[in-house]
Amino acid sequence: MSELSVNHLLGIKYLNKKDIDLIFETADHFKEVINRPIKKVPSLRDITIANLFFENSTRTRLSFELAEKRLSADVINFSAASSSVKKGETLIDTVNNILSMKVDMVVMRHPNPGAGVFLSKHVDASIVNAGDGAHEHPTQALLDSYSIRERLGEVAGKKVVIVGDILHSRVALSNIFALKLQGAEVKVCGPKTLIPKYIEKLGVEVETNLRKALEWCDIANMLRVQNERMEISYFPSTREYTQQFGVNKKLLDSLNKEIVIMHPGPINRGVEITSDVADSDQAIILDQVQNGVAVRMAVIYLLASKIKR
Amino acid sequence: MSQKLLLSAKEIDIILHRLACQLIENHTHFKDTVLIGVQPRGTFLADRIRQILLNDYHLDTVDLGYLDITFYRDDFRRGEKPLAANSTDIDFVVEDKRVVFIDDVLYTGRSIRAALTAVQSFGRPSEIELLTLIDRRFSRHLPIQPNYRGRQVDAINQEKVKVHWKENEGEDAVYLVGK
Repeated sequence: MSELSVNHLLGIKYLNKKDIDLIFETADHFKEVINRPIKKVPSLRDITIANLFFENSTRTRLSFELAEKRLSADVINFSAASSSVKKGETLIDTVNNILSMKVDMVVMRHPNPGAGVFLSKHVDASIVNAGDGAHEHPTQALLDSYSIRERLGEVAGKKVVIVGDILHSRVALSNIFALKLQGAEVKVCGPKTLIPKYIEKLGVEVETNLRKALEWCDIANMLRVQNERMEISYFPSTREYTQQFGVNKKLLDSLNKEIVIMHPGPINRGVEITSDVADSDQAIILDQVQNGVAVRMAVIYLLASKIKR
Repeated sequence: MSQKLLLSAKEIDIILHRLACQLIENHTHFKDTVLIGVQPRGTFLADRIRQILLNDYHLDTVDLGYLDITFYRDDFRRGEKPLAANSTDIDFVVEDKRVVFIDDVLYTGRSIRAALTAVQSFGRPSEIELLTLIDRRFSRHLPIQPNYRGRQVDAINQEKVKVHWKENEGEDAVYLVGK
């Protein structure tokens, strides 16, 4: 069996196509495991994993914790809000203190882009990036592609539009890398103010008309407007955003085909997507969440298999 | 590398029929019995035994599943190569069933130890038996013995026992491969 080409999962941009195939094949086995009466395997019983969350998270954190526990790893959790980071400790000091308690792997979310890469150069542990600022969120992109593969058979050749706040979204960037690597076509759609300059250099097209984008695509990945990352106003009002870039049932029914709707969560119902769309059969939002556990189990399992004693 | 034929196709056929008969002796109608082939190599043997039970001895139904033990092995991260997983395919509940594990070669016993743990994820069997085509005695690391054995083989540790199946390697044969 082949193994991953990397010792850390810092971003999709460090992976190759074979890595993604291997992760998906392994995730297939774990998906079977998590649907058994007893959803646990003992593979990682001698591995300790620290989940370091320097930024808020519900889904990702629970998903990682569950994946680790399903693999029988020992898990410690840390959130910046209740820690010595507030007392002025540096990132490397914080992590080295944790590692001196014999931790093998670190899952980290951090508000600064590149925090995972920085850490991987300074500490002796396997690092998994669970989101670094507006940079990358690799496990989210992997589970998104895995969900597309599950619903439509394969990712290659599919047309995917990513709608919304591309500028502040690590999910968008990781998804672009992952989808392009697997041979999908990608467009981004949103207000011009929320689309980064030179994004075409990544091999994606920009479309500012939502209807045209939806008519073109097989899959629409709807992103949340990240108000917490906005220091200035990027569009006049939420109401106007919804009118221009929100997806509702009427709009979907008026298309000449049925497209798949994805959302990485958390959803702002009534803003980027209406409730009747989010809860419809076209949406695979809850499949994404379930697949997230299987994909994260695969990533952790494959990285842990590279740790030598 | 030397290679010696241990069992020919004809001998394997005779042994498989004997093993099937021994199973019938103990399990009669297979109402509460399920066969589980241990991935990856036990599945061929399990398929064959089931075919013989159905076609030659006319049993109505024999439940058969495949069990992958990769995530339950005790040598994770100890070997050179990472462990590749295989699929588990068990579409019945093993709760209160009589389970027969089927594997082609019993060597150290560690695979069967892992299978004993793995099967617990599918319920609590009333009993578990082991059927193996080749039993390499004197090489066990654990106190595990087969209930049904095809042929006992005395091989030194440097030697390998290779089982070939028609559906996979194009012939039915068992070889002893030396260094």
